[in-house]
Amino acid sequence: MEWIQQLINGISLGSIYALIALGYTMVYGIIKLINFAHGDVFMIGAFVGFYAIAGWGLGFFPALLLAMAVCAVFGVLIERIAYKRLRNATRIAALITAIGVSLLIEYGFIYVRGAQAAAYPDVLANKNYDLFGIQVSSQSLLILVVSIVLMIILHFVVHRTKIGKAMRAVSHDMEAAQLMGINVNTTISATFAIGSALAGAAGVFFGVYYTKIEPLMGVIPGVKAFVAAVLGGIGIIPGAMVGGLVLGVVETIVSALGFSQWRDAAAFIILILILLFRPSGIFGKNAREKV
Amino acid sequence: MKKVKGFWIYVVLSAVIYGVIQLLINGGILNPFYANTLIFIGINIILAVSLHLVIGITGQFSIGHAGFLAVGAYISAIITMKFQLPFPLALLAGGIVAALAGLLVGIPSLRLKGDYLAIATLGFGEIIRIVFLNIDYVGGASGMQVTHLTTWTYTFICLFITITVITNFTNSRHGRACISVRENEIAADAMGINTTYYKVVAFALGSFFAGIAGGLFAHNFYIIQPGNFGFLKSFDILIFVVLGGLGSLSGSVIAAILLTVVSTFLQDYPETRMIIYSVVLVLVMLYRPQGLMGTREVTDLFGKWKGAKGGNSYGK
Repeated sequence: MEWIQQLINGISLGSIYALIALGYTMVYGIIKLINFAHGDVFMIGAFVGFYAIAGWGLGFFPALLLAMAVCAVFGVLIERIAYKRLRNATRIAALITAIGVSLLIEYGFIYVRGAQAAAYPDVLANKNYDLFGIQVSSQSLLILVVSIVLMIILHFVVHRTKIGKAMRAVSHDMEAAQLMGINVNTTISATFAIGSALAGAAGVFFGVYYTKIEPLMGVIPGVKAFVAAVLGGIGIIPGAMVGGLVLGVVETIVSALGFSQWRDAAAFIILILILLFRPSGIFGKNAREKV
Repeated sequence: MKKVKGFWIYVVLSAVIYGVIQLLINGGILNPFYANTLIFIGINIILAVSLHLVIGITGQFSIGHAGFLAVGAYISAIITMKFQLPFPLALLAGGIVAALAGLLVGIPSLRLKGDYLAIATLGFGEIIRIVFLNIDYVGGASGMQVTHLTTWTYTFICLFITITVITNFTNSRHGRACISVRENEIAADAMGINTTYYKVVAFALGSFFAGIAGGLFAHNFYIIQPGNFGFLKSFDILIFVVLGGLGSLSGSVIAAILLTVVSTFLQDYPETRMIIYSVVLVLVMLYRPQGLMGTREVTDLFGKWKGAKGGNSYGK
């Protein structure tokens, strides 16, 4: 019974990773950039939620929507200011810029606000439901349900709307898409907006679930979400969801076995094993490298 | 003949720099704060140059360099503190074990390219840190006490050896093979160069010198903790190389000196320091992606003793 409970905890954690990983994977799919600043967008989302709940007394859902909106704008700004000029630059230059933007957001935020941690307000009354002898907290259930709803909306946007079609076309071949009359800049901005909004939602969930947030909280979940994206096959949306869930469950199991100190190492070991043996990920097709 | 002459000029110049600074320290003109800053600059130059070999010369983008620094720091600290063996031996052992760690990490991960290699090295760096965090023998999270043994003389000797070895390596046929791997791996392969071999050699050599820097680092700070070797430290080293110019040894030396001085003066304002670092990093990438020096060397300005040169087509 305890194992099933751990599994549920793992899935809740995994759905947070999955939401962050979706942004990574969409951005990588479209401009081949590892957006290191994505973890910091997640952090900004957590803080927007925090101020909305603690400062303005908003409820959980309005705060969630506000965090998502602010993060979407923030993500687009990052893309417009820093990454747009680098479309034709080398991959390494883009990667270093992303690292720089990430550090700038972290330490800029610390400079403005201070580095101290904040306790997330108790916005959701936590009840424990008893399902067939398993204790399930209402929080993890809610996180799971809202994450699934967000992923379904995402799936709908990507596959059923015009902008989603444009996103898929641009990620397939940017130049050809441009020739077909697709506005590439708008499409890339839309991708950043959607990915960042999901990261913002993940930030609020993280705050509610772990009750402690700080300006550097985005670094480790950001890197782990990247691991999740690689695990599922980077650039593939269902892959990011599955990768996130798998990573969350594995981490929880490692902790439950009594190796909680090694929890972070587990993610990196998974990453290295995946990169070495199946670099295209669980869902990836083996694309041959072109000369 | 010209090259030999250039080499002697370099040796004499180094001896003069060493002698003058040693005299200033002995004479008490440089107070311990400045002396310590100089040692720190030396350590950072060793780190920058060792990473320059991996990123600038061989073109393999590694962002886990702090992991090898950690290996060198811990191994040398264990040798002096637990076995009471002399300091030079500890430095050497730290370097050798770090090189072995570099081989261990490099052989599997150097099959990857670009972003994937970067992330894999980041992962390995973090794993090394977490391993030290969990070994009680070296103090776990609270760290390990180390006596202060690093002096200007040790630092300068290590620095001299590092720069000499890496310059000579770059100018040798092995170095040219590494540069060809950077410029175009497929073409290099087609010309009969064993690209995997050269990538691993460059990586192990870079790790070796990072390990030596680790030994100096550990014995300069009284205490080492796994937290000192997180990926922020790797980024610090990366910034030296990127700012100086990918492919320019003198560029990374200049950047290391410049940034160490800046960060020493901003020691009391760590946030400001990181903001300046990150803004500089972004601006350099946006407006001058080849870095301050590009692939040129300071010696090129004088028209003789040319360093190894490559095209400007860094990366892909």
